[in-house]
Amino acid sequence: MSTATAANTETKPPAPAVETVRVKVDGRVVDVPRTLPDWQGKPQPTTMLQACAIAGAEVPHYCYHPKLPIAGNCRMCLVEFGTPMMGPDRKPVLSEDGSPKIARSVLPYEPGTPRGAIACATPISPGMEIYPSSPATKQMREAVLESLLINHPLDCPICDQAGECKLQEYSVEHGQAESRFAEVKVHKPKQVDLGPRIMLDDERCVLCTRCIRFSRDVAQDDALGIVNRGSHNSIAAFPGRQFDNNYTLNTVDICPVGALTSKDFRFRMRVWFLKETRSVCASCATGCNILISSREESVYRYEPRQNDAVNACWMCDSGRLNYKWIGREDRLLNVRSSRSGARAWAAVVAEIAETLRSAPQGSVAVIASARQSTEELYLLKKLAAHLGALTDSVERLGEGDGFLVNADRNPNTNGARMTGICFTEVGIQIPKIAQGIRSGRIHTLIVFGEDVTRHGIDSETLSKVSTLIVSDILPNETTRRAHFLLPGCAYAEKRGTFVNAKGRLQRFLKAVEPRGEARPEWEFLQELVHQVTGENLGPGFEALFNRMAKDVPALASAGVEWGKVGDLGAPLTL
Amino acid sequence: MIIKRTELSWLERMYFPTLWSGLRVTARHFYDTLFRGGRVTMEYPEQRWTVPEGYRGAPYLVKDAEDRTKCVSCQLCEFVCPPKAIKITPPGPAVDPTTGNVEKRPREFEINMLRCIFCGFCQEVCPEEAIFLMKDYSLTGLSRKEMIYDKEKLLSLGGVHNDQIRKWKKKEAEAASQEAFKPE
Ligand code: SF4
Ligand code: SF4
Ligand code: SF4
Ligand code: FES
Repeated sequence: MSTATAANTETKPPAPAVETVRVKVDGRVVDVPRTLPDWQGKPQPTTMLQACAIAGAEVPHYCYHPKLPIAGNCRMCLVEFGTPMMGPDRKPVLSEDGSPKIARSVLPYEPGTPRGAIACATPISPGMEIYPSSPATKQMREAVLESLLINHPLDCPICDQAGECKLQEYSVEHGQAESRFAEVKVHKPKQVDLGPRIMLDDERCVLCTRCIRFSRDVAQDDALGIVNRGSHNSIAAFPGRQFDNNYTLNTVDICPVGALTSKDFRFRMRVWFLKETRSVCASCATGCNILISSREESVYRYEPRQNDAVNACWMCDSGRLNYKWIGREDRLLNVRSSRSGARAWAAVVAEIAETLRSAPQGSVAVIASARQSTEELYLLKKLAAHLGALTDSVERLGEGDGFLVNADRNPNTNGARMTGICFTEVGIQIPKIAQGIRSGRIHTLIVFGEDVTRHGIDSETLSKVSTLIVSDILPNETTRRAHFLLPGCAYAEKRGTFVNAKGRLQRFLKAVEPRGEARPEWEFLQELVHQVTGENLGPGFEALFNRMAKDVPALASAGVEWGKVGDLGAPLTL
Repeated sequence: MIIKRTELSWLERMYFPTLWSGLRVTARHFYDTLFRGGRVTMEYPEQRWTVPEGYRGAPYLVKDAEDRTKCVSCQLCEFVCPPKAIKITPPGPAVDPTTGNVEKRPREFEINMLRCIFCGFCQEVCPEEAIFLMKDYSLTGLSRKEMIYDKEKLLSLGGVHNDQIRKWKKKEAEAASQEAFKPE
């Protein structure tokens, strides 16, 4: 990854040499570590499934999930295997050519029939041979799939999971084309309301219990269980309970089939139309890594993206559903200057530059938002430094939950601190700015992405400002009073970086086009900085980022570069 | 596959035989129109060809015998359509209490007949047998907008398809017959 990681790990003691075990996968010799981290990160004996994955042979599985405790109930991962034969003297029996003889595991009462073992829960042993593509393994997979499909409704045309369904995928890859089941399928409840965000289709469930284990062990809310017997087994919330914790939608992601569906996404778009963009959730300072699914410039859903340093495979429901504002009807669409009546970007930016150039030192103040990207905050700080302006941003506190949700609901508070927009304590300059406005010392106010009338500068004070330059996404009291209005972009509509609560610099990429005339803030800020200070920080976004990475000490010491930050971000020392 | 051209014989290379057979057709029509009163042209559009079975005309949506829209809004036809003539608006999460056990159907379904190339991929891909290429081959309209057929129009043009699938009715009956054994 980035040089930042290298720099950070330098101080740590060298990792002890990994103890390995030699096994054969499909006849290929591989050395795999003796232990691997389990779902909680504790070392556990390596399993056959992991050994196969290291050897590049994918073993199909439903109930196994790297971030959940092992259950071993679906049997999809059955594989045939063999172990070195032991003589009565506890020594390996050798064949004529001197290699150890392998005893294929067979049924005890039927020595001709191979006996598989579930790869997800069977630890490897030295000399073991695993046969993930032997005819016996194939037969076992076929049989498991056939049994899973006995009562399966085959709802694919109306099932939200179709296109990303493990049952579909494995059926195509490992199943058989014909069904031998002639009886009537067992019908189970459909459209079960499990909680405010989840709808369950019991017929589609393969009873892997991933959802149960997630709620019990990861979300710490033991809300789900299996009720009824035999073919009538179904998932249900405990009587009188709602499945309504703030992490329920993760079960929709991990459900390998279309049993658990998101009420928000249900029947809204088929997944094969969706374009996925790597991004970062902006609802709190944790900065969970996400994928934004969009089609034809509208966002359909957020899904967590695995990053073990931040959010593992999860994200909270409130962050996941916080995307609707991007497509809101009342978005600010037009750039305007109410001074000259100009309605074009070039004219408005030039007019602002003109105003700022003639403003006396110290007569300008900047209130930025910690929801903005680091690049934009950097540019605003450049501008402020040139004008001798006071700067600050707005604090947004909520309650942390000890798991993912951070009490700081701004995604980039650390970015604002790092670029010098605010101090460690956010918002302490705002009373000073308000005072300055009232005393007439400050007569130009630049506001980005915040409604300052709700954050310490009331409308009366605001009306004293002679030049109010505002950039925002949605209309509010401040934008209504603006003399210069610059419509900005949602983070899904531009590129940028956030620095999360732990000081990890993370990139987000552009998923959809900006609405109307809106432009990414970094773009017009770059022009404005150029026109006011004469300093050109371009051209383009990458040049800007790399310039910032040299200028800001925290970034410079980590040696980051846009191209090297990578999808998992880079840790900084703040 | 590469098909090898057969060599032309010297007679064929002289063109006279082909020229002669063409002239024979012309002469036959000439004779027929003149003496037999037969007509070779048609008063289109008052008169129209009846197209043969299996002809691929415009695609329309059909209903089943219970007057239900067969289409379940799976959007496979939208995906497969080469000129992107189909645009479907899925129903969204709200449960419609009036539709019984019909879980999903399109909220809107549009085919742009100016784009449609009558290829039949939609009919072929449809898992519900809900869309068929019918016999209409000549579609006209006074504006581009008029040529975008919406769900109502497609359904009324498509009519009822009397097949034995009856997906929703059968599901309902099966589930109902198991009610008695439902462990509660
Ligand atoms: S769960 Fe998978 S196989 Fe079952 S209906 Fe849904 S898409 Fe089809
Ligand atoms: S609902 Fe999904 S995750 Fe839960 S047991 Fe069934 S198949 Fe597994
Ligand atoms: S393929 Fe058939 S069922 Fe699917 S959307 Fe098209 S017409 Fe409807
Ligand atoms: S993945 Fe091994 S039994 Fe389910």
